[in-house]
Parts: sequence; C-alpha cells; structure tokens
Amino acid sequence: MVPRILQELESESIEILRETAATFRNPVMMYSIGKDSSVLLHLAKKAFYPSPIPFPLLHIDTTWKFKEMISFRDRVVAECGAKLLVHTNQAGVDAGVNPFTTGVSEYTRVMKTVALREALDKYEFDAAIGGSRRDEEKSRAKERIFSVREPGYKWDPRNQRPELWQTYNTKLSAGQTMRVFPISDWTEADIWNYILQERIDVNPLYFAKDRPVVHRGNQLIMVDDDRFPLQNGEQPEIARIRFRTLGCYPLTAAVESTATTIEEVVEEVLQVKLSERATRLIDGAGEDSMEKKKSEGYF
Amino acid sequence: MEKAIVRLLTCGSVDDGKSTLIGRLLVETDSVPHDTIDSTRTMRRSGSTIPAGEIDFSLLTDGLEAEREQGITIDVAYRSMTLLDGKRLIISDAPGHEQYTRNMAVAASRADIALILVDATKGVRTQTLRHLTICSLMGVSRIVIAINKLDAVDYSQKIYDQILAEVQKAAQRLGVTDTQPIPMSALAGDNVVHRTEMMPWYSGPTLLEAIQGWKRTEVINDAARLRIQIVSRATDFRGLAGTVVNGDFEVGDAVEIFPSGQKAKISQILSGNTEVKRAINSLAATLVLEPEVDATRGDIVLKAGQSVDATDRFTANIVWLSEDELIHSRSYLLIAGSSQSPAVVTKIRHKFEINSGVEEAANSLKMNEIGSVEIATDSALALLPYKDSRLFGNFILVDRLTMRTVGAGMFDHSLRRGSNIHHQDYEITQTERALAKAQSAQVIWLTGLSGSGKSTIANALEKKLFIQGKHAYVLDGDNLRLGLNKDLGFTPGDRAENVRRVAEVSKILSDAGLIVIVALVSPFEADRREAKALFTETKFHEVFVNTPVDICQARDPKGLYAKASRGEIPNFTGVGQDYEVPTDPELVLDGTAELEVNVNKVLSLISE
Repeated sequence: MVPRILQELESESIEILRETAATFRNPVMMYSIGKDSSVLLHLAKKAFYPSPIPFPLLHIDTTWKFKEMISFRDRVVAECGAKLLVHTNQAGVDAGVNPFTTGVSEYTRVMKTVALREALDKYEFDAAIGGSRRDEEKSRAKERIFSVREPGYKWDPRNQRPELWQTYNTKLSAGQTMRVFPISDWTEADIWNYILQERIDVNPLYFAKDRPVVHRGNQLIMVDDDRFPLQNGEQPEIARIRFRTLGCYPLTAAVESTATTIEEVVEEVLQVKLSERATRLIDGAGEDSMEKKKSEGYF
Repeated sequence: MEKAIVRLLTCGSVDDGKSTLIGRLLVETDSVPHDTIDSTRTMRRSGSTIPAGEIDFSLLTDGLEAEREQGITIDVAYRSMTLLDGKRLIISDAPGHEQYTRNMAVAASRADIALILVDATKGVRTQTLRHLTICSLMGVSRIVIAINKLDAVDYSQKIYDQILAEVQKAAQRLGVTDTQPIPMSALAGDNVVHRTEMMPWYSGPTLLEAIQGWKRTEVINDAARLRIQIVSRATDFRGLAGTVVNGDFEVGDAVEIFPSGQKAKISQILSGNTEVKRAINSLAATLVLEPEVDATRGDIVLKAGQSVDATDRFTANIVWLSEDELIHSRSYLLIAGSSQSPAVVTKIRHKFEINSGVEEAANSLKMNEIGSVEIATDSALALLPYKDSRLFGNFILVDRLTMRTVGAGMFDHSLRRGSNIHHQDYEITQTERALAKAQSAQVIWLTGLSGSGKSTIANALEKKLFIQGKHAYVLDGDNLRLGLNKDLGFTPGDRAENVRRVAEVSKILSDAGLIVIVALVSPFEADRREAKALFTETKFHEVFVNTPVDICQARDPKGLYAKASRGEIPNFTGVGQDYEVPTDPELVLDGTAELEVNVNKVLSLISE
C-alpha cells in the first residue's frame, strides 16, 4: 500500500509544482536543507524533467546552521544545476542577534522572518514554494495549498480563500504574494518512505554518528562549533545521535539513535511516537507560537 | 484501480461532539504523537468538565487560537491517519456553524465519505438536513450517519430508531442512496474503533469498520483526458505535462487535442524521469506525441473517439462563497483546471433552500447560498457533467478585481445540446429545393434598435419578392415572442437564447429553400456572430438598420420605449441596456431614408 500512497501524493505534488511554474511571474522554491526540502527538490526535478527546474532555490541563512548543512547544500545544489540564492539578514548579524542571548522569539523573527521578507522584496518573488506539511503543527493543518499573503507578507488565517477540488486559484491582486505548499498532505513517515523508495540524498545529520553534545533539560544539544557558550563546569560528551529535524544548531535537539541507514531511520521514525517538533526548541515557547509567527510572514 | 488515499469529511455542529469523535478516532488508531496526546491531559477549555489527567479528545483537532477561545472550529482542518488495511485516511474537519456552509463545501469537494453527526439528545436538526443537502450536491458518494451521545439517552434503541427514520426519509428525498447509520458515543468510546457491549441491539459496523469497508473505485473507461499544465521543452524533446483523469493512457494510443482537433499518437510517456508504458488514472504524466502538435496550457489531450461537448453556454450549480453577492451580468474569471475564460452568469434559474433541498425562485445568490444558474463564457470549455466526473465537472469563479474565489461551480449541461444527436441527411438537398422555386436560399438578418424600421423594411421586402414570384418568409422578433419565445424575457441570457432560436428557425426555413428575412433587435455582437456561424453553405446577409435612438423613441410604434422608461420593461435595448453596433455588417441602411431606397438596396444584395 505504501508505494501506492506515495504515488498518489507524488502526483498531487507534481501537479501543484507545475501549476506554480505555469502561473506565476517569478516563483522561488525555499530550500532549507532538511529532509522536506530534499523531497521537494526531488519532486521539482521530476515535475519538469527533462527540462531543468524553472525557478531558483532560496536559502535563508541565519549563520547558525550546522556546518554539515552548508556543505551538503552546496554539493546537492551543484549536482541538480538549479540556481541557488542565499540570503542573510546582515543588519541582524551586525547587531549581534544570536540564539543564545537575544531570546529565541526575537532571534527567529529577525534572522528568519525578517530575512525572508527582505529576500522576497529584493528579488520581487510573487510566489514562494515551501515544504510545510499539515501534520507538523495545528495551525499548519488549516493552511491552503495556495495560500495568499497580504501586502507585507501577512497571513490572515480568518480570511483565507476557499480552495475546492484540485482547482487552484493562483491569481493575485496588487501587493499580494503567494505561498505554495506542494507536500501539505504528506506525513513524516511518507517523507522517509519516499526518501527510501527514491534513494534521495539527505543530510548526514539525519544518520546516527558519534557527535559532541551537552544535556540541557531533557534535550540533547550538539556543540557544532566554538560559538556555543558552555555553562559552568559543562563539558561536551560524545554520544551516538542523529537529528529528526534540522534547523539552527543551538535550537535543534538531537535524539540518541543507532540508525545509520535510511532503512533504519525509517524503522525508527515509524516506531517513535513523539511529534517532530518535540525536538525543536523554538516551537515550545507557547502553544500558538506557530500561528503568531506565520501571521508575521514566517513560513 | 482502487485509490490508496481515502478522504473523509466530518460535519457536525459545535456541541455534537465532533471534535471528540475525531480525536478519539485518531488516538485509538495510534495516529497522534504521544507528546501531543499528553498535552491534552492538562490543557482545559473554560467550563470543561473533563477531569485533569484524562485526555480531552476535542483539543486535538481545534487548531487556531481564536477557535480555542470560542470553543469552535472555524476553518477546515486536515488530519492524516493510517487505516488498519494500510490505506491512508485524510480527515477534513468541516465546521458545522450556519455561516460556514462554504467551509463545508470546501471540505466536501474532495471527500469520498461524509460523516454526519446527529446528537441523540437533540434529534435531527436543521443543520443535519443542510449537511445532507450539501453532501448530495457536492457528489460525496457515501454518507455515514453517526448518531452520537447514545450514552446520554441510556443507549435507547427507540430513540435511535426514531432519529434514524427521520434522517433516512430526508436522505431519500435528496436522492442519497448509500448511507450507513451507526449508534455511538464518542465520549465513552462506543462503536468508534471498539465495538461496545452497551448496545447489543446493534449489529452493524463500528465507525472504523464502516470507513475501512468502503471501496473507492474510479470509473475507468476510454474517456481518459489530460489537461495540459505546461509544455515541457528540452533539446529534441517536447512533452505535454498534466494529470491523467478519467482513465488510462498507453503508448500507441490515438489521441486528439481539444480545441484544435489535431490528431496524433502517443509515442512516449514519462512519469517523472522514468519512461512508462501506461499512465494510469490520476498520475502526473508527460506525454510525447507523434507527430508533434501545436498545443498549449489549457488545451486537453483526449483519447481519440470521445465526443467532446465543447460549450460556452451551460447550466451549473453554484455555491456562492463571497460576502459580495453574485451579480448577474458581471464578468468573472472562470477557472477549470488549467483552462480559464471570462464568464457571465446570464440567468439564475433558482436557488436551493439549503435546509431542505427545495428549489426557490431567486434573483441573486448571497454568501452560503446554492443555486442553479446559466453561464456564458468567452471561450468554449470541454467540461463533463459533475455527476459523471467531479474532476472535469468543476470550476471556480474568481472576482476579477480582488482575485478572490467567489463561487464554486458544478457543470450540469450544455445549453447548446445536440452533440449526442447525429445529423440525419435528407435525400433532397437545399439546392434542389431552392432550384424548384427558381431561387437560391438565403438569410437577410436585419438588426437594429426597436423602432428603427426593421419590420417595415422586412415586410416591404417580402411583398416585393412575392410579386417577383419568389418564396420568402419574415421572422419578426416581436411575433416570435408571442409564441415560440414567449418564455423568454430581456436579460442578456434570454436575449441570447432568443437569437439562437430565431437563427435555428431561419436555418430550417432556408434548408427548405426559402429566402428568410429576419427582423430582430439582436443587440449583442456575440449572439449575432453565433447566428451567422450556423450558416456555412447558405448566404447570410447581416444588415444593420441604423436609426438614431431619439428618432426610434419618437416613433415608438409599439409604445415600448414609453413602457421601458416607466420601468415596466427592464433591460430594454436603448433604455436599460446597450445596443452593440455591428462591427462588420454587409450593409448599413439609414433608417431615416426612404423605405423604397432601403428595400432596393437589400434586393440588390440578394440578387448579387
């Protein structure tokens, strides 16, 4: 049954990607280096084959990504031949905004949300394709596939366009932009099953390896470079860990694991009964943090 | 092939226990992460009576902040779960509140199964009937009637039977045949996933069994279609990319392109980057044709041999989604897949009283209202009746200024019928009939304002022809409105139909070898052009009788301008409605000139 579910999901996603390429003046695909982005990129290759992917990729670099993320990004993008745009909120960097002392909400707003808005303004993109899934979080469950952003990239969840059948309204009025979510209906298990089936290249951080970590509360945080401020008497120890989701390294917790192949990761994912976002520090802050962030322009 | 993803729509109102039911279904099939479940043990709505530490199932499905404050679900939310047989179930949770009918239509548009909740302590209410009506209209093929809260009525079979009889009566009236009733308690967990012992009188399926037992089968026939989304180009490659609908395509299949009618064979099929021999129903594919054809986005690839009912005038059911009501004659943008066209609603036939499904007369459609309308589009579309194909029978209407989706449409039937009726050739031809009358059959179409002199010219012309021994006949617009067209008014839609009928009658009379003289206001260029298009072999002369409107008003031979200015004839041409001056008439007559002069001008046209 799994291959058939995947085929139906794949077809639906490809249809959405083609619709986006055909109807927008200047679309862009968000590339965040994670597994969902890897799947999205793979789907985009398939949707337009044998033509190249007809839109550029955009990575919002907070400068706090894992080192292995950046090297993976550059390798994968070079292989697929798509154009990669990288944008960082330089004002934020100059002001010393960081995930340790700035406060998570403010850090996210400046280095992710504001950075994204800057990039969309700079390149005048009218549609941004993202890899969000409805199973990730409650407010995402109510997202449209083609989701309008009002001027200033604001999301008004109470004023969304009705979306019926698979008949998509991709029209924009002045000042509006679109967010497009081709893998809305996929679950985390689907993503991994698809990666396994299609043998998609995913980041090495998803596989278990001995890495330096510190314990913070219930969470395991990897010490990726010497910018990580250790607490008094804290000493990184080596543990066999992997990541369920990838983000900024001080804000993304690892899980102890021995899964070193895609097969083993899939097996583990299907057994673990915790939500993915349990390992994301940034979402724990308040129950509705996602809806609030999204209203401000976050993906 | 049976689909692996099944979509379930749940409808019920705030207190029917719907969120609790879905929450329980998800938890008991182990479809919710455990940390998410744990959070519902501590979080509480104000007024909640569920003890701390127990799961409040309803908290699992209410997403937005405002919704939690008000304790209601205000927008469609989607949840995925895996059924025991490995199939995927996607639950669309539709709000039951009255003003949110449009959200239910959204959720129903893709649903295979609908779950309608009835609160056993309250019985069948108006909204239950509304849910049934919308599901039936949106083509949801199976409906599960969950009669909930049986625990609150002592698991009474009598109450269950009473409610059931009432629901089934309504379902029957609406023509909903496939219903499955289940008595249950979402709160106590009876008959949701686990069979209860509290209702030994019930032997039917649990909710989970009812969902799993349903087989979704697609109608597979030779009607495979693919709407082109993009043309994929690379060196030595040109593929038509889109999603396969209504059947399968195979390499070697003969296909036809709509609307150009070009024919070709499929030489290659790509599924992603893989070459396949067959593109199955619902696959996103790329077709390569041999020979290459000129096709673009919005065109349709059809398996050859299908009769295509291309139409630009049709009836449809519409769910109105916008706070601005449906405006008759306003131009909207119609989107059907990758095809689109400006469209006008020419007539509202009736609206459905949503709580009962009964038809009512209507002049407009407001938000959340559903009606049957007539639509005219600028370009012809190849839609299929919604009841036969949801994917090729739906469309949306978009406001051209705000770009909001304002209407959801379901194609019913074309107003230019005849694609299924084959033309029967007569043994005696038009030419032979005309020769027997020593003439050639032709049509003189006099168009102009009311009072411009059309009828006068037509009658004088007919008299002259009669004297010459010719066989002619006048079709006068006003006379026809007394009989053949007496059901038509003066709205743009009715006027279009009026012109169409007169053109068809002209065709019959000209086929009989007659010289037909039409005297008809026919104010719209598009309608006249369509009338003319009927005559491919017969000579058709468009004659514009040009008389200034003030002179027409002064003449007013039938007193119509006077009536119209008193408001008694809405949409009267020259008063409430514009007359579109012909762009390319064969002859323009000065309506203020001598009658004799004008008649002779037309006569010379005929004898040319």
